[in-house]
Amino acid sequence: MRLAGFYGFAALVVLLPLLFPNDYFVIVVGASAGLHAILAVGLNLLVGYAGQISLGHAAFFGMGAYASAILTTRFGWPGLLALLAGLLVAGLLAWLLARPILRLRGHYLAMATLGFGVIVHVILVQATDWTGGPDGLSGIPPLNLFGWTVEGDLQWYGVIAAAMLLAIWLSLNLVDSQIGRALRAVHGSEFAAQMMGIDTARAKTQVFVVSALFAAFAGSLFAHQQAFVSPDSFNLAVSVELVTMVVLGGIASTFGAACGAIALTLLRQGLVVFEDYEMLIHGALLMAVMIFLPQGLFVGLGQALRTGLRRCGLGRRRDRHRSLSTAGVQDPGSPP
Amino acid sequence: MNALSPSTPLLRVEGLEQSFGGVMALAGVSFQLDEGVIQAVIGPNGAGKTTLFNALCGFYRPSAGSIRFAGQELRGLPPYRIAAHGIARTFQNLQLFFNMTVIENVMVGCHLRARTRWLAAALRLPQVRREERQLRQWAREALTLCDLADWAEQSAGALPYGLMKRVEIARALAARPRLLLLDEPAAGLNDTETLALRELIARIRASGVTVLLVEHHMPLVMGVSDRLLVLDYGSVLAEGAPAEIQADPRVIAAYLGGAVHYAV
Repeated sequence: MRLAGFYGFAALVVLLPLLFPNDYFVIVVGASAGLHAILAVGLNLLVGYAGQISLGHAAFFGMGAYASAILTTRFGWPGLLALLAGLLVAGLLAWLLARPILRLRGHYLAMATLGFGVIVHVILVQATDWTGGPDGLSGIPPLNLFGWTVEGDLQWYGVIAAAMLLAIWLSLNLVDSQIGRALRAVHGSEFAAQMMGIDTARAKTQVFVVSALFAAFAGSLFAHQQAFVSPDSFNLAVSVELVTMVVLGGIASTFGAACGAIALTLLRQGLVVFEDYEMLIHGALLMAVMIFLPQGLFVGLGQALRTGLRRCGLGRRRDRHRSLSTAGVQDPGSPP
Repeated sequence: MNALSPSTPLLRVEGLEQSFGGVMALAGVSFQLDEGVIQAVIGPNGAGKTTLFNALCGFYRPSAGSIRFAGQELRGLPPYRIAAHGIARTFQNLQLFFNMTVIENVMVGCHLRARTRWLAAALRLPQVRREERQLRQWAREALTLCDLADWAEQSAGALPYGLMKRVEIARALAARPRLLLLDEPAAGLNDTETLALRELIARIRASGVTVLLVEHHMPLVMGVSDRLLVLDYGSVLAEGAPAEIQADPRVIAAYLGGAVHYAV
């Protein structure tokens, strides 16, 4: 069945808090992992499927968060309306930015998106009257969903888990349609994609906007969940970490991106006990994954499992497939 | 074979010019192509054959001239609009989507007939499911025409080279073009595969598609084409039926003379 993996994953997400209702690691870290998963799944549409890098995605995350924070605290807007406004602002900006920026390829696109992320971060720090500057904004009211006020860690786990499952479902649907195939075609060969009648500039603009919407959505939830936002949550390091999640889990795989986000979030929490050595182990693990599972944790382990299952025959053909498909995947912006 | 409608050619190229930094890759190329014909473009390396293809497809913006296709001017249009007018092509260096299966590649070829929008796709509305089935069906038809049905679910990158080239043809045909441009379809193929290709090109024409091909493999060119266009230094050197071209002293001097070893 097409969505069998999705239902299995959903069952796991529902089951965990029932089994461990008071476990900090499951409920609190799990919610944080869920938010990261929304971000990674959205970014994966852009990076994994369409093959366009963004090193400034934390900016859209921040826009959603600050739109919710500013509109609810300063103007008394209801949370849902502020969330929609955040989506609108992030989507509009992504649309305006996409045409000029997505003409660029490879390293140049990386630099341009990085610059964009830095600019937004600087604005969050400098526009003190609106954003509270480096101190951020506090006192964000709890989210009210049609009369139900979300309170407490367990309820937030539920809301974020539902949002994450929605994001994954939307992404799976998109990918498994002509829209998704057109995006992968842009990644595979922009030259050929155009000749198939795909307006590649338009496709890239659209996927950029959609991935910005995913990020802004996560940002709004984040602002309400934390009741506090500050620029540090949306800096360059966060943008880089988001890309790491996508690559770690397995590029061009919705579950890969989600798993990468969850794995990295859990890893960071789990490594806290090592104190000074935390970043060292963190870095070493990432390097090990990229060396031994270049297709990423989820995709790589899945493939290893499948090849293990049917060990016999077809050795040479599989090798050829491997080298060609990874060549296509790891070189997002190569010109024809 | 005679043209179906000699009065109005499917494609009429006039005075097409394309220069790269002062080098005239196309120095005023004019020719016409009748519907239902298989025409080959030949010429020595650097004669401007692939440049001509890229200009016809909109990958280059020719500086002068006109490209009239089915009565409409195409010069200056981007490739995706030209594709919508009914021109599809394959590529000299493979441009398959290696990140997809064979049938997915060909389904991308059906893109011009797809209507799905983002929101409908994200919500997987019923019309999206219907379209998925329809696209898969169309793709299967194109694969069957190219004898690739057994390979549908394989990863495109896992195929032998000869089949990859065939997938490119199937993908182009899935767009249901009126004109198919084949850029060196026989390059890298062995004799058996070349023979099968020749048969496939004839089948494509029989299905009502006009074919323009660039090719160096002389037995294939002479065997399959109705007309030949000979380019040299970016200009048309000669144009005519294969027998006329083979007897043309200018062509022999410029090109075929050096190709005696092809004819073994």
